[in-house]
Amino acid sequence: MSIETHIQLALLIPIIGLVGIVLTGRSPNLREAVTLITATANAINVWSIFPAIQAGARPSVTLFELLPGLTINFTVEPLGMMFAAIASTLWIVNSIYSIGYMRGNKETNQTRFYACFALSISAAIGIAFAGNLLTLFIFYEILTLSTYPLVTHKGNEDAKRGGRTYLGILIATSIGLQLPAIIWTWNLTGTLDFVPGGTLAGKVQGLSAGLLLALYMYGVGKAALMPIHKWLPAAMVAPTPVSALLHAVAVVKAGVFTVIKIIVYVFGLELISTESATNWLIYVAAITLTLASLIAMNQDNLKRRLAYSTISQLSYVILGAALGTAMGVVGGGMHIAMHAAGKITLFFCAGAIYVALHKTEISDMKGIGRIMPVTMFCFMIGALSVIGIPPLGGSWSKFLLMVGAADAGFQFIIGVLILSSLLNVAYLMPIPLRGFLLKPAGAGDGPVRVQEAPLACVIAICITATLTFVLFFLAQDIFDFLLPITVAGGGQ
Amino acid sequence: MSTAANAGFSLLANLPALQVVVPMVAAPICTFLRFRNGPWAFALLVSAATFWIAATLLMQVLSGGVISYEMGGWAPPVGIEYRVDEINAFVLLIVSGISLIALPYALRSVEREVPRDKHHLFYAAWLLCLCGMLGITITGDAFNIFVFLEISSLSTYMLLASGRDPRALTAAFQYLVLGTLGATFILIGVGLLYIMTGTLNIADLADRLGPVSDTTSVRAAAAFLTVGIALKFALFPAHFWLPNGYTYSPSAVGVFLSATATKVSIYVLLRFQFTVFGDIPAFAELDFATLLLPFAVVAFLVGSTVAIFQTDLKRLLAWSSIAQIGYMVAGIGLGGVDGLTAGIVHLFNHAITKAALFMAAGAIFLRVGSMHIDKLAGIGKTMPLTTLAFVLAGLSLIGVPTTVGFISKWYLILAALQHGAIGYAIAALVLASSLLAVIYVWRIVEVAYFREPATDREVAEAPLSMLLPLWALTIGCFYFGLETGYSVDIARAAAQSLLGITP
Repeated sequence: MSIETHIQLALLIPIIGLVGIVLTGRSPNLREAVTLITATANAINVWSIFPAIQAGARPSVTLFELLPGLTINFTVEPLGMMFAAIASTLWIVNSIYSIGYMRGNKETNQTRFYACFALSISAAIGIAFAGNLLTLFIFYEILTLSTYPLVTHKGNEDAKRGGRTYLGILIATSIGLQLPAIIWTWNLTGTLDFVPGGTLAGKVQGLSAGLLLALYMYGVGKAALMPIHKWLPAAMVAPTPVSALLHAVAVVKAGVFTVIKIIVYVFGLELISTESATNWLIYVAAITLTLASLIAMNQDNLKRRLAYSTISQLSYVILGAALGTAMGVVGGGMHIAMHAAGKITLFFCAGAIYVALHKTEISDMKGIGRIMPVTMFCFMIGALSVIGIPPLGGSWSKFLLMVGAADAGFQFIIGVLILSSLLNVAYLMPIPLRGFLLKPAGAGDGPVRVQEAPLACVIAICITATLTFVLFFLAQDIFDFLLPITVAGGGQ
Repeated sequence: MSTAANAGFSLLANLPALQVVVPMVAAPICTFLRFRNGPWAFALLVSAATFWIAATLLMQVLSGGVISYEMGGWAPPVGIEYRVDEINAFVLLIVSGISLIALPYALRSVEREVPRDKHHLFYAAWLLCLCGMLGITITGDAFNIFVFLEISSLSTYMLLASGRDPRALTAAFQYLVLGTLGATFILIGVGLLYIMTGTLNIADLADRLGPVSDTTSVRAAAAFLTVGIALKFALFPAHFWLPNGYTYSPSAVGVFLSATATKVSIYVLLRFQFTVFGDIPAFAELDFATLLLPFAVVAFLVGSTVAIFQTDLKRLLAWSSIAQIGYMVAGIGLGGVDGLTAGIVHLFNHAITKAALFMAAGAIFLRVGSMHIDKLAGIGKTMPLTTLAFVLAGLSLIGVPTTVGFISKWYLILAALQHGAIGYAIAALVLASSLLAVIYVWRIVEVAYFREPATDREVAEAPLSMLLPLWALTIGCFYFGLETGYSVDIARAAAQSLLGITP
């Protein structure tokens, strides 16, 4: 099969899976088998594109030409390859986890859940491989719409309210800000393609450049830059597998991925680093990552605390791109992968605690490490990775971001990053510490009965926790893989 | 007429006349067909014939240039000339195509909503209405436009009032009053032009208007024509006949008229604005199309906003039509090749989008018996195919990329951006209006998919005779949104010919 076929298959396999899931909806075992097979086939297919991209190829498929120069096009470059690989690989793990969680919780409408999940993955891969702003925009909207039924899955008033906030903010920002920015870009350059080195250099400057960047950054609501971050905590009403894969990996990462794409391939690092009117983004990202950490400290609901932590971590990626240096961009790109592995572990653990003990508030989780030792241990690994402590993946991307900040001449950012890491320690570490060191409420002096979540959940948690460790040693490979995107010629 | 020995040749040469004559002759015949489904089958057959004629004419124009046909062999400017160029060939195709696709759909809707003893009259009125609209479009004679306008209007009153809902009668009367007002204005305008130039032929008018153009009479003629035509296509604030008309008439009438009637009136506006008054220097500073621009902007903002608050599905769609008419007029008002292309291509794009939406609404009405939004709870489960088509066509209404609605808005915004600060404001307002469309389409989605259906009544999926036309149009919304070669190229060629630019 040619590589172009693989690209089209990457979008198609989840859709085929969706049809299979709907058709086998009456038999849960068969339906989950279809999900697992689809997820595995999809990951194998996506990874089969990888060697060519590593070798420097940039395969491209144009499906339609709407108007002259305006196409539905897919072009695979390293960043998109990495994002697609993360989303498709974690989908397998997440599917295993979902089976344990959804059954353990006796959730209803499971067919709709798995079907929408498959559609969301297809949309995420469409975003990853999009060759121009229009294609990216289309799949961005599909991702918003296909995740809405997942957010409102419970169907109660809370879920509906959360869903309305989610949909309202994401749709309003994308149509109200991102689309005008795309049209403005077309008006300036006559192209929407992602071109190494950018297309806007020399076409826009000064205040206009700052404004256009603002339209894009706030138009990509999924990146959750303050003050349009409210949709993410609102989305926490969803079942935990959704929060784990979509609101720690696919959806939010689609947001920051889009941010990097726009800065690298539309603005160009040259323009971002030389034009001082775009520097506001560095400050806003720095403020967001600090403030979100502070808010996270005050959240007692575990999932909400993790959501604010995600908002903070997303701004690391935005910050890396905003610096406009090669190290910053690669550090930001790498952080997509590192944070994905760490945060999905944390969410898995939060869901496991809910399934096993029906606890959602951190204040109720005293001594939980004695009841669920495996889960809490993995939680600690995930937390340490998010904080950025070696030998876990998160340490490298934070290190690169600091190098990038120094390169760009923003030394104070290093201070911000260190402060933020300390805040991470302050809001993440108490959970496992209280879990292991304190006694469970109401327990006597005797040994506590171990009560873990369903096996499928525990397996998934262990896989992702191991992944944070493995990624530490793969950092050099990821670095080499991503570096070509910062070169104007695309490194071919 | 022609005495050519070769009958086939003569048929092709006389297509412009047949385009109007076929439905006109067929209408009275239809009144004699009183057996079951007879009038319907006959109207369908006639509609297919007119569609074939329109398609052939469009191909002739695209390959061989403008067709001028002398009615009855009388040479213009004395006789009536039928003149087919890119723009009206395109409109002819839209009108006859929509009629052809709406008729299969009409069968079940009319059975349910029109008394059985009036079916032959209903389809006769349908054919007359078709004849009138095709006549307005094809003729090259200003007075002839008025005549066909009356034919189409009178038959429209009949169609609107043909349903069982008594409120349709007041709606039809409302339209009668406003329609007559509009027609009278148009007649006064045409009369003034005739007094000043002594001709009624449109091409001839354009030639002779030059020397007398800077007179009050000609300016008054232009004003009367613009206002009269604007009344006919329900431009805000002359829109209030439209929501009632579309809401209370039989579903099939809503489908047919929403997709054609206003489009034809907009074509007439284009014809007068550009072919007749286009080259006149005195009108360069007093351009009526540009004067309509603020009304167009208000139309799409008000239309979209009011649509959000409607509780009746058909009325919601009708208000959205008022907004969409605003987009078309905005494109024309902005001018330039991009603006006119936006306006003209939206004639087609909105025709298929809104026809699909009204079809879905009519199918739901047939099964549920109500158009109240609360009654649509859970319709996504009971009528999945109809609801899905509604949602997909709704995406086109919003203007989501890959649909035809996106293509129209893309050109509209590009045209707006060429006008400096005001243009930027208009572009922003177009996007704001699209966001409003998201809200009113989403309301339906939420009710249809996220509320449990009422359990007291079984609701079945729509019949196949409705689903097939509905899905044909829905797929069209996406097909023509991806393959824009046909619609955009023709619209662009039409825009260039109206502006007198040779491509």
